[in-house]
Parts: sequence; structure tokens; C-alpha cells
Amino acid sequence: MSSILEVKGLKKHFSNQKAVDDISFAIAPGKIYGLLGPNGAGKTTLIRMITGIFYPDEGTIQFEGKRFSPEDDAIKIGYMPEERGLYKKMKVGEQAMYLAQLKGLPKAKAEAAIKEWFVRMEMESWWNKKVEDLSKGMGQKLQFVTTVLHQPKLIILDEPFSGLDPVNSNLIKDEIYRIAKEGSTIIFSTHRMEQVEEICDDIILVNKGQKVLEGEVHEVKQRYKEHLFRISTAQAESVETNNIFEVVGQQANQMVIKLHDGIDNNTVLRHFIDQGIQIESFAEILPSLNDIFLKIVEGTPTARQFEWN
Amino acid sequence: MNKTWLIIKREYLTRVRNKTFIISTFLTPLLLVGLIAAVTFITVKSNSKQKIAVADKEGLLKESLQSSESLSFEFLDNADTSLLQKGYDGVLLAPGNGTNTGTDYKIYSGKNLSISVESKLERSIDDAVENKMISDLGQISKSTLDSLKQVARQTRLEPMILNADAEVKASNSGVAFGVGYGAAFLIYITLFLYGAMVMRGVMEEKTNRIAEVVISSVKPRQLMMGKIIGIGAVGVTQFLMWILLILILSNVLGALLPAETLRQVGEANQQMPQAGGGSAALDAIAKTQNMLGTVNWPLIIGCFLFYFVFGYLFYAALFAAVGSAVNEDPQDAQSLMFPITLPIILAIIIMMNAINQPESTLATWSSIIPFFSPIVMMARLPFGVPGTVPYWQLALSMVSLVLGFLATTWLSAKIYRTGILLYGKKVTLKEMWKWAFRKS
Repeated sequence: MSSILEVKGLKKHFSNQKAVDDISFAIAPGKIYGLLGPNGAGKTTLIRMITGIFYPDEGTIQFEGKRFSPEDDAIKIGYMPEERGLYKKMKVGEQAMYLAQLKGLPKAKAEAAIKEWFVRMEMESWWNKKVEDLSKGMGQKLQFVTTVLHQPKLIILDEPFSGLDPVNSNLIKDEIYRIAKEGSTIIFSTHRMEQVEEICDDIILVNKGQKVLEGEVHEVKQRYKEHLFRISTAQAESVETNNIFEVVGQQANQMVIKLHDGIDNNTVLRHFIDQGIQIESFAEILPSLNDIFLKIVEGTPTARQFEWN
Repeated sequence: MNKTWLIIKREYLTRVRNKTFIISTFLTPLLLVGLIAAVTFITVKSNSKQKIAVADKEGLLKESLQSSESLSFEFLDNADTSLLQKGYDGVLLAPGNGTNTGTDYKIYSGKNLSISVESKLERSIDDAVENKMISDLGQISKSTLDSLKQVARQTRLEPMILNADAEVKASNSGVAFGVGYGAAFLIYITLFLYGAMVMRGVMEEKTNRIAEVVISSVKPRQLMMGKIIGIGAVGVTQFLMWILLILILSNVLGALLPAETLRQVGEANQQMPQAGGGSAALDAIAKTQNMLGTVNWPLIIGCFLFYFVFGYLFYAALFAAVGSAVNEDPQDAQSLMFPITLPIILAIIIMMNAINQPESTLATWSSIIPFFSPIVMMARLPFGVPGTVPYWQLALSMVSLVLGFLATTWLSAKIYRTGILLYGKKVTLKEMWKWAFRKS
């Protein structure tokens, strides 16, 4: 699998602060990656190096198999920072044209792309509106459009849904899926774990400037599962901890059990059948990303403050 | 380069299309010309039709007090203050006339006479008394005395300067003073005006968080230079528009004013130098033109443009650096701006000294140091090149300003690059210094 972006041993230090400390990963085209981490973990610094805003102190960035060059590759990357910004006094259409041209799109092509996107996002009537007259959510939509309209191969979205209503959230979510299907790679940075579970194929978790976890969402969940099962029975039963499982909790006809090491599911089921207990449902409880996130990050002094001196 | 051009274009167009810009560009010259026109008009109006009765039995004043559009004299031997109630604005009594028994001349009026009327009367009386004394004592006829005075008045002092054994006509120091002062102040104002505009622009980009989006497409240096050049172009545009508008307006105004008023203005101007009549006034105009001719205009204008552009570039880079370090709080901007505004203010203080002693050591060296040179050199130049300012000084000053501009831009770009992406922290001058000189 050829990766679109590959970073190796990336380091960036600020005075006495290791913002990014030896991070390596590779991402494949057409997938949606979640970049997770508590505040101050180094996500923004990492993103700023990938977008060419910062030069890394050490390490290499390979983009499409070649050494990353901010000037040549700018047009292939779309970046939507967490703190959104637009020129307030400019008109919506001019603003989009300006940002597209700065990326390197020729004028005619930029105009065509903007018109197409404005129709798709139901923004046709905005062209001559001033940015300062837009609501926060509208500005968000505009910012998203300016990020993706030059059809970048790599799109980096930092908290793209903050401040959006459910309708517009879904609109943008659908666009993200569509763009990924067309072959672009998306790095999606957020704290909102339920969104990551819903949208992302893979996750990279960083903490204190280092990568602490990487993998497919499904696989990560498997890796961190605690062999917990939820069982509901026809009648209320009293079940004791035994050599197969431990009863973690019990309430009426529901119970949560934790399997002992090396026990498989069928052994558990057989145990209940042998006891003559009628099982209505039997389901494994997989950890949410939120649980995994907290488990890994907690215990370490989390959010460090950024210090420049 | 292409992207820098896009940035320049945006900076320029958004500002030039701005309502405030359009209004201030059109309104400023309109106000200026309007003000001058109003003042002239009022002066002419208020000066007109003053009637003064003169009681002078000896007939001494008859010749020197001549009626004009604004002031008319009537010689009545038995004039007294009761005439004030009969439509006269003033009653002038020579010694020994009416109630004036002293040795001085007395003028009575219902309300204060204007300064110009008073001084005209005083001059005329002095003239008349002086003429009478000279002709009485020297037995010189009136006409001989007049022609003598005329000749004396036309004799001029022509300042010459010896430089490298070549005789050069010196600039008239009065004109040089005026031109130098004006040019230096203009540069002083533009440095502040457009420097602050650059700073506000950078602050806007930073607080709006647009800087991060733009910097993912272009280099910080390109964004900074694009802004500086774009705003510089706005400044040049505004100046050219002002000059053009003032020229057009003064012509239009000239055509609109009634011929009568214009004649009065001309007359009012002519009355100033001497009460002697037409030839003296013409002489004065010729003299003024001659003086203005001593200034090397192409050189002054060329140098003004040079010092305007590079002085602006030199300081704009510093203003941009300050703007990038400010976090929303305008008070931070005030304190961080201080080290930049200080040399500009210092320059204007040095300039006021240099314009009186354009060849002093202070004037010479501060017109070479790039922090002060745009202002101080402009004050010295009208005094003459190569007379007051040798060629080597001018060349050295220009070269060091260009080098200075490259240096401030280079250092500012380093501060800018760090500052523009740094939020939430109050930046001190010490930190900015560190960013500027840190190895990248």
C-alpha cells in the first residue's frame, strides 16, 4: 500500500518545550484518519508541520512518495484550522476566489469550482454578501468550501463541526464521505470521540508530543476490549462468580460479566445452558474510543500548557 | 512571486474600494480648497467699503493715503468724531486738527479697526512724515525722492555660494526653509499614517485567524511584503489623487469666482508689500518667482519620492512586526509601538534643528542614519545640492536607507513569522528581539 503521507521521526521543540517529540506514521489514500489527543498534546504543531507552516526540527515528511515541499504541494493540501478566520470586510465570492487563487488555482477554474460548490452547499445567494454579515455556522460552511474546493489530495480538518447545527453537520459529513470516496485523504482532528467512531477508518492518538496509539478503529477497540459481556435472561437469575467469569454487575434479569483469561464465548454459553438458564441476549461490550482515550491519557499529567520560554 | 502579487492586489483593492478611503481622498482636498476659498472670500468681503474721514489741514497725508477698493479716504478739513454717526467707519485727526491737540495722529472709530487697516495707516503716516522731513531738510523735490526710493527698493541681495571654485546660485533660504519643512512634515505624517495602517492590517489578520489559512498557502514573508507593498501603493494613490484634485479644484474655483472678487483678491495681495502702487507689487511677484526658481525642483521631487517610498518601507516592516506580536489588546500595541515611534518623533525634533543649521554635524549625520534620514534629509535638500548637501552625503544616505530597509524587513519577517501564529500570550520586546536574532 503506497501512502500519501509518511512522516518519520518528526520533532519540533520550542525553547524548553517538546511540542512534537519523535512522531512517525503513514496514511493511505482515500481514508479518513482521526487525529486525537488532549489539548496541548502537539496536534496543532504536528498539523502545522504537515501543512508547511512550521519546519520540523528533525525528521522527514514524504508527500506522495516525494520529499514534501510546501510551495509545490500547497495546492494538494487543504487545511481548515480550528480557529476559523476570514476577512470580515470582503464579499463571500471574492474571499473564496482569493483563497483559491492563493492555493494556485487559475482564475477561471477557481470561479467554476466555487460556483459548483456554492450550488451544492446551497450558498448560491451568498456571493455578494459580506463575510461579517454571515452567521457563525454560515462562516463555517464557507470556510469548509474554501478548504476543499481546489480538490486537494490531503485535507486536514481541525474540529470541522464545532458551531454547526445538525442539518449542516450532516451536510458537511456527507461531503467528507464523498470526498474520501473520490480518493482524497482526510485527517480529522477532534476531541469529540463519538464523531471519530462514526466517521473515521483509522485513528492516531497523540499525547505529550508522542504517538501513543495507532490503528483501525475496529481493531483498536478489539485490542482494548476487556472481555465484558452483557447478558439478559428470561427470568431474574442469581449467578455467582465462578472459574469461567466474574460477575461485574447484576440487576433484575440483566448482568454484566467479565470472562477470565483464555475463556471463549461458547464456554460461557454452554455454562448457562447447562444451568438451564434461558438467555435472551448475549453481547460483547466493546470499549468506546472515549474510554480508551481516557484510559491511555489519564494517569499521565494531561494537557500541558504551552510555554514558549 | 505570483502569490505575492495576489496579496498586493487584495490589500490594494479592498482599501481603495473602501468608503472611508474614497471619502477621505475626495473630501480632504475639497475641504482644503474650500477653506482657503472661504477665508479669502471672507477677508475680501469684510475689508470692503471702509470709509475714513481725514482732517489734515497741512495736507501732508493727501498723497500717501490713496483710496482703494477696500478703503476710501475723504479729506475734510473740519472733520470731527461726530462723523462716525454719519456713515464713516473712522475719523483720522492729524495733530492740531479738531479735538487732537497733541503731537500724535489719532484715529477714532466706533469699533476696533482691523490690523491691516491700522498698519496701512501707520505706514502711510510714517512715509508721509519721513518724506516731508527729507524734502524739507534736503531741499529735494517730491519726484526726485520718489524715484530714489524706487531704485533703492529694486536693488536685491543675491546670495551666491562658492563650491569647488565654481560659483553657484544659492537657494533662497526662506524658500528652502518652507519647502524643507513641508516635505519633512509630509513624510513624518505618512510614516505614521500608513505605518499604522500596516500594523492594523496585520493585527486584523492575526485576530481573525485568517493568517493561519493564508500561511498554509504562502510564506509568511510573502504575506507581510504583500501587505506592506499593497498599502504603500494605496498611499501613493492617495497622494497622487490629492495633488490632482487640488489642481483641478483650484482651477475650477478660479473659473467659478466672479471676476470682481478675483480682482479684489489680487489687490489685497498687492497691498501687502508696499503702499507705493502697482510697480512695487509686480516687483514683489517677480521676486517670489525668482526665489522659487532657485530651488532645484526635479531633484527635490525625485528625492521626496525616494525618501517617501523607502522611508515607508523601512518603518512599515517594523510596524508589521509589532502588529504580529499584538494579541487583541490595543494597549499592547501602544507599548510595543513605542520603540518605533520614538525615532520618528526624534527625527522631527532633529529636523527642526537641522532646518536652521543644515550643515551642522547633527544634521549631517542624522540625515545619513536610516532611522532619521527620510525626514532630516528632506529638510536639508532644498538648501542646495551639492552646496549644502554634498553628493557623497546624499548617496551615502540613500544607500544606507535601502540597506536599512532590507535589514528591517529581514528582521521583521522573522518576528512576524513567529508572532502571527502565537496566541494568548503577551509578548514583550525582549522576546521579539530574541525572535529577530535567533538562528532559524
